[in-house]
Amino acid sequence: MYETTYHRPSSVDEAAALFSKGSDSKYLAGGHTLLPVMKQRLASPSDVIDLGRIKELVGIDVSGDALTIKAATTYFDILQSAEAKKTIPAIVHLTSVLGDPQVRYRGTIGGSVANNDPAADFPAAVLALGATIKTNKRTIAGDGFFKGLFSTALEDGEIITAISFPIPAKAGYSKMRHPASRFALTGVFVAQTKAGEVRVAATGASQNGVMRVPVIEAALKANWSAGALDNVTIPTDGLLADIHGSSAYRANLIKVMAQRAVAAAG
Amino acid sequence: MGVEGIGASVVRKEDRRFITGRGRYVDDIKLVGLTHAHFVRSPHAHAKIKSIDIAAAEKMPGVVGVLTGQQIVDDKVGNLICGWAITSKDGTGMKMGAWPAMAPEIVRFAGQAVAVVIAETKNQARDAAEAVVVNYEELPVASDIRAAIKEGAPQLHPEAPGNVIYDWTIGEEAATDAAFKAAANVVSLDITNNRLVPNAMEPRAAIAEYNDAEEHFTLYTTSQNPHVARLVLSAFYNIAQEHKLRVVAPDVGGGFGSKIFIYPEEMVALWASKKVNRPVKWTGDRSEAFLTDAHGRDHLTKAEMAFDKDNKITGLRVKTYANLGAYMSLFSSSVPTYLYATLLSGQYNIPNIFAEVISVYTNTTPVDAYRGAGRPEASFVVERLMETAARQLKVDPAELRRKNFITTFPHQTPVIMAYDVGDFGASLDSAMKAIDYAGFPARKAKAKTEGKLRGIGISCYIEACGIAPSKAVGSLGAGVGLWESAEVRVNPVGTIEILTGSHSHGQGHETTFAQLVAGRLGIPISQVSIVHGDTDKVQFGMGTYGSRSAAVGMSAIFKAMEKVEAKAKKIAAHQLEASEADIVIENGEFKVTGTDKSIALPMVALAAYTAHNLPDGMEPGLKEGAFYDPTNFTFPAGAYICEIEVDSGTGKTSFVNFVAADDFGTLINPMIVEGQVHGGLAQGIGQALLEGAVYDGTGQLMTASFMDYTMPRADDLPSFKLSHTTTLCPGNPLGVKGCGEAGAIGASAAVINAITDAIGNNKLEMPATPDRVWHAIHG
Amino acid sequence: MSTIKLTVNGKAVSVEVEDRTLLVHLLRETLNLTGTHVGCDTSQCGACVVHIDGQAVKSCTVLAGQAAGANVTTIEGISKGDELHPMQAAFRDNHGLQCGYCTPGMIMSSIDIVNRHGGKLDEETVRHELEGNICRCTGYHNIVKSVLDAAGRMKVAQAAE
Repeated sequence: MYETTYHRPSSVDEAAALFSKGSDSKYLAGGHTLLPVMKQRLASPSDVIDLGRIKELVGIDVSGDALTIKAATTYFDILQSAEAKKTIPAIVHLTSVLGDPQVRYRGTIGGSVANNDPAADFPAAVLALGATIKTNKRTIAGDGFFKGLFSTALEDGEIITAISFPIPAKAGYSKMRHPASRFALTGVFVAQTKAGEVRVAATGASQNGVMRVPVIEAALKANWSAGALDNVTIPTDGLLADIHGSSAYRANLIKVMAQRAVAAAG
Repeated sequence: MGVEGIGASVVRKEDRRFITGRGRYVDDIKLVGLTHAHFVRSPHAHAKIKSIDIAAAEKMPGVVGVLTGQQIVDDKVGNLICGWAITSKDGTGMKMGAWPAMAPEIVRFAGQAVAVVIAETKNQARDAAEAVVVNYEELPVASDIRAAIKEGAPQLHPEAPGNVIYDWTIGEEAATDAAFKAAANVVSLDITNNRLVPNAMEPRAAIAEYNDAEEHFTLYTTSQNPHVARLVLSAFYNIAQEHKLRVVAPDVGGGFGSKIFIYPEEMVALWASKKVNRPVKWTGDRSEAFLTDAHGRDHLTKAEMAFDKDNKITGLRVKTYANLGAYMSLFSSSVPTYLYATLLSGQYNIPNIFAEVISVYTNTTPVDAYRGAGRPEASFVVERLMETAARQLKVDPAELRRKNFITTFPHQTPVIMAYDVGDFGASLDSAMKAIDYAGFPARKAKAKTEGKLRGIGISCYIEACGIAPSKAVGSLGAGVGLWESAEVRVNPVGTIEILTGSHSHGQGHETTFAQLVAGRLGIPISQVSIVHGDTDKVQFGMGTYGSRSAAVGMSAIFKAMEKVEAKAKKIAAHQLEASEADIVIENGEFKVTGTDKSIALPMVALAAYTAHNLPDGMEPGLKEGAFYDPTNFTFPAGAYICEIEVDSGTGKTSFVNFVAADDFGTLINPMIVEGQVHGGLAQGIGQALLEGAVYDGTGQLMTASFMDYTMPRADDLPSFKLSHTTTLCPGNPLGVKGCGEAGAIGASAAVINAITDAIGNNKLEMPATPDRVWHAIHG
Repeated sequence: MSTIKLTVNGKAVSVEVEDRTLLVHLLRETLNLTGTHVGCDTSQCGACVVHIDGQAVKSCTVLAGQAAGANVTTIEGISKGDELHPMQAAFRDNHGLQCGYCTPGMIMSSIDIVNRHGGKLDEETVRHELEGNICRCTGYHNIVKSVLDAAGRMKVAQAAE
């Protein structure tokens, strides 16, 4: 990788200040997205600001109707969380099929959401559960957060501090892994809110990254069951096609993963 | 101490260093004054180099030198060669294009080196390599076989019109055509044998050191055959005379064929170490491995099999196009010819076979031997045809095979090979029993009621190992002999060193070779050391590949041991005042049979070296060498059966059971043999389900990292059930056949036969990814 | 350049390295702990796995600076003198290695697996947990066997302590 300057701030404010001082700063949380790109010399930040040791960014709380996971909480910590298991087990399941054990020790929810990889798992949970993204500047609704491949509503230097997931009535996640990278070839998160709204998000499938799937939402709204999707057809327009899956295959996976997610949600 | 001899599953002597982090791989070695090399590689698959500007790079921090392809040509370093001459059916020789170690004018595959930067640190070398400005003029690209052979295809090498390297045939064409005319049934298949990337976990690396006072080079390199490397570097590449070049292959982290060959990077490191007069280290990263390690397989085949009305095979006709990539790698020409077409008879009595193989250049990484090398491709053709035939003829696939098995030996096939021994029915019986073949229809029916697609697939493979004898391979075009050497040194204190030309890079020779010696003398294996991988220590040898180390390498040790024992018996008889004929060796002692007189091995050794009291005329010392040239190939064979289930919603295949019954002859160390089979099976299953190197139309490798090239992981594979049936190989003194490649040769057809059985569609290409299987189910 | 202080295999070390230095390079090149290997450049193969504060991580995807103040354990640091760690012994006894290149990472990951799961390990769990480690030699068969064997041995060792 290219030479860079490494910083380890101890507060969010210090991190933001360091960021603005650098000519081309980047935040690093677990490092499992940024460092591989830097190793390939595809990114060359002047300054790397490590958010991983900021205590105020770590923790999981349940308050009222929401599960709030602070941004630098690792996947491993989510897997250990009794609160998460109790309130939204689908998030714990999603975390358990994400990356590998070593990645889960280092990777953070904030890093995943901020990066918005089109095949990452957590964006599907954020969108399907209608989560809100809290930053050091404001609160952003999950529906307006993801802006296509590797792009989000975050402004330059803005730091995600926490993600707040409304606790749903039912939720499930099912993922067909990319055989090589183990990202989602297609992953579908289904949720039924306590108000009865059905929200479904698919990752890995679309050319524009994570997306809602209205036809499945409509079918499940009418009848919350896997069988309700038997005759649903997912259009292939805008879906990814590559050596690991045609767009027709991904369209099928959206349906099949949704069915399995519904079955898992109960 | 028979517990540590042949047949004992003793734990490996070499393991302690590996499990404690004390292995010594090339990249672990540091030399005083070491510099680091980073290559400038072409981003284009086919381009003309219009100019290279190194001025900026030379001024970068830490840079010691920047060297280009033109300089290596000017210094008269030889072009890379292919060492096996193949003659086309029209009698002309193969058409080999020039391959300079770094391209001076034309690049022919993406990743080919055009320059190298030598700097004080690895990062500095990489930083400066980015400052080398290369101006390319892109040329049209032929990125696969079809693109290379079509009318008006881009020409890679002026020497090879139409990109054809050779058009070679084997067998009797007219007789085979006649068999097809008379056939009651004909089965045909179009087969793509997918291109694979070997991906030994240790990337290739080289450290070159030049001593200008001695005019002597040392090369530490990741090689399966350091002596062959030295020979080629010396005789063909003009790096140094052999006695001025030491090649060391220390611990090597897997090879699978890919570390047989001498690559441009080692040549450049040696040449550069003299140019900059500093030791030069190059360690490839995984991305470079994907682009520059010789790939494997990559065939397009049309195959047909003829049957009479009794379902006996009467003929086999095969036409194969083989992709050898942009240049002819060291043994590339032999892989789709003498290592492939000669195995097309499989385990079957086939009276007429005719095969044509056309090897072509493409703008891709060179292709050469990868675990199995030609034999997996042959086995896949034969076993897919047998399965397809059984379905077409509506007979049980096991019975169709059994009906056509060769049952009398020796058996001369129509394609050169003379099988010496085997019992194919025994392996098939063993595998069928292990998987409860008879119970399969009931299991399939039960799975169906649960909405699952279940299938079973058989593969009865045969292979040829320990490629030999030298005279025969020479007559077929090989540039080298394929014997092996060994030296047995009994030290004055009775410990033993075995010097071998074989090279262990995971196979466990330090243990198995010691078992041979320990068993013969009745001493613990801790008293025996195996020395390998250093041309300064071991005299010439041929290295390890083609499952040859037991059959050829150990047989050489056997021969040397016979000489040592004969001399030791003479000394013992002299010391014990007994007749030489009465001396037997037991538990490390030389005993006079029928008496209680004996002398321990260390005392015999000491006597040999003190030379105070030796038989008249005997030379002092106890050290003998041998060269062993086998009389024939060996023919490991076996039957693999797998049972799988396909998820029709996702197309994902999962294993219910995988059984392997192999006949390897004598097993030296059953634990190590089984480990070899496990690893081979994983690579065969990997080919069938997961792995495939894919180029786009511009010659860019789409699967250039583990993010896109699917390596088998623990959760992709089942545990395997292994069994062994045994017929002893008559061609070597140990009765061994070799076990290193069997799994990779036999497994892929079993998997594809099982999936196509499950989904009821015989059209399915490897790798059978969930996407492909889903499309095969749903159209 | 930065000065980094950390503990490696129980010894305090202080090194001066470029900020771009990865932990694996600090270990291999600065500290000469060459048992930790590099097998890929995309954070997937796991040949570089070490423990940071008791957790198995890929040292090729950690900046040296991120490890400052941490307790790092490598393959060289797990045996007690001549006495092998039970996981090392299990890999040897079950032929869980061939070329040895992936082995240090496999062993470090496997110790972590047993630490997290204790005695509740079965084959399927082990195979899933080994997702981050690639071996090209063994087909994983004997690695899985080694981990299950070691899980039993480690339980016994813990009970004895």
